[in-house]
Amino acid sequence: MWDNINVYFDILHKLLPAGWMTIKILITSALLTYLIAFIAGLGRVSQFSIIRTLTLIYVELFRGTSLLVQMFWIFFALPAFGVEFSAFWAGVLALSLNYGAYASEVVRGSILAIPKTQTEASIALNMTRWQRLKLVILPQAFRIMLPGLGNNSIELLKGTSLVSLITLGDLTYRGLIIQNTNLSYTVPVFILLLILYFIIALPLIILVRRLEASASKGVAKV
Amino acid sequence: MSWNWEFALKVFPEIFNVIWLVIGITFGAYAVALVFGLILTFARRSSFKPLSWTVYGFIEFIRSTPPLVQLFFVYFALPLIGISLNKYVAGILTLGIHYSTYVSEVYRSGIDSIEKGQWEAAKALNFTKSQTWSKVILPQAIPPVIPMLGNYLIVLFKETPLLMAIGVVEFLQKAFLIGADHFKYLEPLTIVGLLFLLLSYPSALLINRLEKWSNQAYGKGSR
Repeated sequence: MWDNINVYFDILHKLLPAGWMTIKILITSALLTYLIAFIAGLGRVSQFSIIRTLTLIYVELFRGTSLLVQMFWIFFALPAFGVEFSAFWAGVLALSLNYGAYASEVVRGSILAIPKTQTEASIALNMTRWQRLKLVILPQAFRIMLPGLGNNSIELLKGTSLVSLITLGDLTYRGLIIQNTNLSYTVPVFILLLILYFIIALPLIILVRRLEASASKGVAKV
Repeated sequence: MSWNWEFALKVFPEIFNVIWLVIGITFGAYAVALVFGLILTFARRSSFKPLSWTVYGFIEFIRSTPPLVQLFFVYFALPLIGISLNKYVAGILTLGIHYSTYVSEVYRSGIDSIEKGQWEAAKALNFTKSQTWSKVILPQAIPPVIPMLGNYLIVLFKETPLLMAIGVVEFLQKAFLIGADHFKYLEPLTIVGLLFLLLSYPSALLINRLEKWSNQAYGKGSR
């Protein structure tokens, strides 16, 4: 199994183009995830109860069901209403809505973690609601939420493998095709897949460690 | 084309019937995660450095690679090196081992919250290592983290659709097969979504309550 290094190079050569697809999905859905997370996270602490309720329903709906079910629903069931997405956008949408719901909890938690006195002080300084959020609360909340959002991106990377089940040609999908056409490649294909995913995750892991270490640095302990 | 109640009511029992399989897989994987997670926690704490480093690497690797690929590895690749598992065992083991790395973090946080004085007292009383763990440390470390452990039961439940990839007929695969038969996916897939929501949301509320109760009983932020 390990004796033929050429087999590994042959497979790697075929896998790498699909790696770009995985990275493309990861980046697109990460951007969308964080956008949704901020909107939903701020919505959860809104002054209007209708916005709070709507975002709560969104978050609970997407955290209460499976990512794969959501992906299948968007790709196979939504067309019944005349809404059709390509495999790429169905995958990206499902990933973003699902992980956005989880990440919005990180955003909400970090905002709530800012002491109430900060809000009171900005009110005393006659700041508007928007100024209070932009100048006082978010800059402080941001550094608290970074490690959480970083972890979220690793989970997101793992989630991208699910798009292979709606026939999108990512790493996992390509791996399965290589394995199907040449069964003797089975072991090296899956070993390489795991290693490739780990290599993509590695910068994210290191980033999270750094963020965790620096999250408390230079901040006065209360 | 839109929602058809007649069709929905007809396929609901068919989908609902696989609930016992889903519950079986969930609890099977959970048992694996709880036990293997504890083993990982101990191995990680071992004073034999090569072991604790290997386990650390293993945990990081498993945690940051997709469970779907791990599932394929276990189900398709392991038989070629002499380990054949049927799809249910492969699924339960993969999910169980994947989440054992998360569960071991939970155990670790529980153990880390035990004060040093407890270890010293156990030593002063001449307890053996196994007595210290079984009589002093674990009885204090585990109860406060039970709500967190409970969360992973729900997480595992929501991960079971993954097993459709190796042909286990759980909720999603069942619904998908029905959908393919009638070329109508909306009703069966929506039913699956609702089933997940109806089963996991009340459990999540229950665990929330458990968490509040636990915080009161053990003091919040005692780590």
